[in-house]
Amino acid sequence: MPGAFWCIVEDDRKGFPKKVTAEVIGEAIRLAGAAEALWVTDAATEEGLRELGAWGVTKIWLLQHPAFSPYQGEVWVPAVADLVAKESPKAIFAPVTARQREFVARLAARLGAGLAADTVGLALEDGRLTARRPVYAGKLLSKVTWAKPPWIATLRPNVFRPAEAQAGRTAAVERPAIATPEPRMKLAERREEVSTGLPELAEAETVISGGRGMKGPENYVILEELGRVIGAAVGASRAAVDAGWRPHRFQIGQTGRTISPKLYLGFGVSGAIQHLAGMRTSKVIVAVNKDPEAPIFKVADYGIVADLFEVVPALTEEFKRLLDKS
Amino acid sequence: MKILVAIKQVPDTATQMKIGPDGRSIDTTGITWIVSPYDEFAVEEALRIKEKRGQGEVVAVSLGPERVKEALRSCLAMGCDRAVHLNDPAWATADTLLTTHALAAVVKQEAPELVLCGRQAIDDDMGAVPAQLAELLGWPCACWIMEEAIDAEGKTVRAGRQVEGALEVFDLPLPAVLSAQKGLNEPRYPTLKGIMGAKKKEIREGKSADLGLAEASPALVLAGLEALPPRPPGRIIPGDVPTAVRELVRALREEAKAI
Repeated sequence: MPGAFWCIVEDDRKGFPKKVTAEVIGEAIRLAGAAEALWVTDAATEEGLRELGAWGVTKIWLLQHPAFSPYQGEVWVPAVADLVAKESPKAIFAPVTARQREFVARLAARLGAGLAADTVGLALEDGRLTARRPVYAGKLLSKVTWAKPPWIATLRPNVFRPAEAQAGRTAAVERPAIATPEPRMKLAERREEVSTGLPELAEAETVISGGRGMKGPENYVILEELGRVIGAAVGASRAAVDAGWRPHRFQIGQTGRTISPKLYLGFGVSGAIQHLAGMRTSKVIVAVNKDPEAPIFKVADYGIVADLFEVVPALTEEFKRLLDKS
Repeated sequence: MKILVAIKQVPDTATQMKIGPDGRSIDTTGITWIVSPYDEFAVEEALRIKEKRGQGEVVAVSLGPERVKEALRSCLAMGCDRAVHLNDPAWATADTLLTTHALAAVVKQEAPELVLCGRQAIDDDMGAVPAQLAELLGWPCACWIMEEAIDAEGKTVRAGRQVEGALEVFDLPLPAVLSAQKGLNEPRYPTLKGIMGAKKKEIREGKSADLGLAEASPALVLAGLEALPPRPPGRIIPGDVPTAVRELVRALREEAKAI
């Protein structure tokens, strides 16, 4: 429908939309009253399509072709840009993930449209979309608006309220004709990271972070054990990453990942300004540090001044007890 | 092989940011300016490619006001051969896409075989320039790369891009755009000889008219900067460890409803 709010589906590469997609749909429906989904994939599943319908989209634009996996901007962009030209959506929203981040940037360049990346707040003011996005790694917020539609934005995970699935809601599935260029990039290898069995840092609802106070790489096992009990991702401060204790992909802060979990627990993290920049939009912040003067206590909702090596095992036991009961 | 590296000058990560009196720009009083850290990885990688191949040219490019020359000078001190400074008041309100159009015009002039960028600049954190540059040029790109290797003929680059839970390694035909993630390399410090030599290297100025760019208004409009909403005051939970831990778990469960 011309003027529609489109939500780009992020999937698990197995044919199911991820939870971040529900967040994007929830926000689009809150703003516009209705939303449509756009799913670029090599293999959608019937359950996946049903799930999108249950989340409340009225229509699903399904662009399905083997060439769409693995993601390549040069293959996705022409297909989607053609559809945008035909259908004139007013807004195009996507969650912040590795491929969507790159894809919408390329799409915006193709369309000559404005892009607000990594937004944490969206509003319609006099019928025009405005966005708030952290800048200087979260030290300030920038308020932006668009000169013309389509309004293209990516939404930071865990910030927007997800659409809830309601049985009985269904969406019409449209399968437009697609022309795909020959991919020029060839996948040589996909190297899976050694899985910790814990959630991905950027999307996790609960994040545990270990800083210089962890004293060494071997001690992160106690954080991982706590992570398994409460379903949390485990990250690290720059000091710990620069010391070689954790790989770079686990770094939280201005030169790492910027995260907004519902609960952040920092152990032995001093709270250098560049670390705070990466996590201060977390909803609830807990800090455990031996040093009562550590700057992290200034942003913490709850602090314990104690040795983390005593607190972490006790906390793990207490959570186990609690979660076993419920 | 000719390599172009796009860099941005940004405030140092330890800077406390203040909003300026216009409500739209930052107060730059006392700010220490640095080359954005991810861009340093890009510069380092370009220099390593040149050194490995034993020949080539590395050109650093940046858009911004006069002070940006210092950042370009740092790149020259690291070892870049020359620099292009896009310095024109016409770009004062440029958004990401207008900036990218200017960079793309320089790429067309310089005709490098590879463009390297940082994954994002740590000031506006938009992270869109590498992908948009590739789109405007019609080139393939790989973003957030952790490793790269160019074949002996200089026709293909094999690059590993970081995605959730994996590294996807692709062969890209050159020319291509790559954006650097932390972990790609450890940037070198400029040597004294490098710093002295940088003073003699060329920084060419580029104006909007030289690039043949039509006057255009930004697609994304800055309405203003805002301070973060203050966090509600927290509390230190007293008592010995077992008591404090029990109270913390109770508070997270009952007050914060976070577990």
